[in-house]
Amino acid sequence: MKKQYTFTCAILLAATLFASSCKEDRKLPIYGVRDTKTIKNPDGTTAVDTIYQTIPAFKFLNQDSVYITNSQFNGKIYVADFFFTSCTSICPIMHRNMKTIFEEFKNNPDVMFLSHTIDFKYDKPSVLKKYAHKLGVDGPKWQFAYGSRDSVYTLAEKSYLVAVNVDSTNRDGYVHQGFLVLIDKDRRIRGAYDGTNPEQVAQLKKDIPVLLAEYKK
Amino acid sequence: MKRKYIIISSISLTLISMFYSCQTAETVQKDTYYVNGRDLYIKHCQNCHGEKGEGLGALTPPLTDSTFMKANKENLACIIKNGISTPVTVHGKVYEGKMPEFNLANIDLAQLIVYITNAFGHKQGMYTNQQVEKDLKNCK
Repeated sequence: MKKQYTFTCAILLAATLFASSCKEDRKLPIYGVRDTKTIKNPDGTTAVDTIYQTIPAFKFLNQDSVYITNSQFNGKIYVADFFFTSCTSICPIMHRNMKTIFEEFKNNPDVMFLSHTIDFKYDKPSVLKKYAHKLGVDGPKWQFAYGSRDSVYTLAEKSYLVAVNVDSTNRDGYVHQGFLVLIDKDRRIRGAYDGTNPEQVAQLKKDIPVLLAEYKK
Repeated sequence: MKRKYIIISSISLTLISMFYSCQTAETVQKDTYYVNGRDLYIKHCQNCHGEKGEGLGALTPPLTDSTFMKANKENLACIIKNGISTPVTVHGKVYEGKMPEFNLANIDLAQLIVYITNAFGHKQGMYTNQQVEKDLKNCK
């Protein structure tokens, strides 16, 4: 009898430990190409450090015709995407979903949003301003960025790993992927979620607090 | 006695359900149009107008204004087929901007219109190919 009791206790304990170990410090992966660097420790020994891929310095006009750079996002995590205002295919769904995330983290000053237009011909800041206003998100928390074709397209493909391009055969004139890319406070990519897929958008909503928790320690 | 009761009740139940499952040919056709129209809606319209016809901010008007849908029923085919770039007032709010054209066949337009005028809280009934043809002739 006593033996059985001990046995049950042991199993319960193991289960509790197992469950709590699963929950604790779930960490988001770090994406992108990695490099290594040999560094010198203060005591003269050497060690190898990992260099992660980061978002390089950028400078774009926002919806208020003001230049924004990385410094706007210092100390913030942010969700970035690529779209254009006259897009009738996936952009409305992406921004419908992105807006629900925006609403959820509206009062959290550590979370920001950055949408880059890929329509360098038509989407001037004034058009972006109108769009942001109509979407109901006009404010400093959600930045809409306008830049030259080269600067935006290179940034999308090389840094955010999102494919974008001009396509004259497409009715809207452009093709692009609908990823919402999660960037941490150290400019590293921590997640990419299909902005047209409700399950992945829900996952992003869960992952933002996980990423924020990393910086709380 | 009890057995007889069970038999009678099951027979009458069958008869009643048979009676109620009988539909007129028109209802069957309307339902077919509605279901096909829903597929077309998901494919062509839902991006902007939303799953429940709720629209998107001030960018895309909702399709839930019954007064608008009724007053503009003859224009719906034209709006879908040719797009629209003049402002529209829905639920008392003015929506500017452009809706692109969707060059669909008349039968598809009819099915789509049956769906959007019977979903989202509307109940406007059947809308036929002939009506589409007639309405398209009067496009502005």
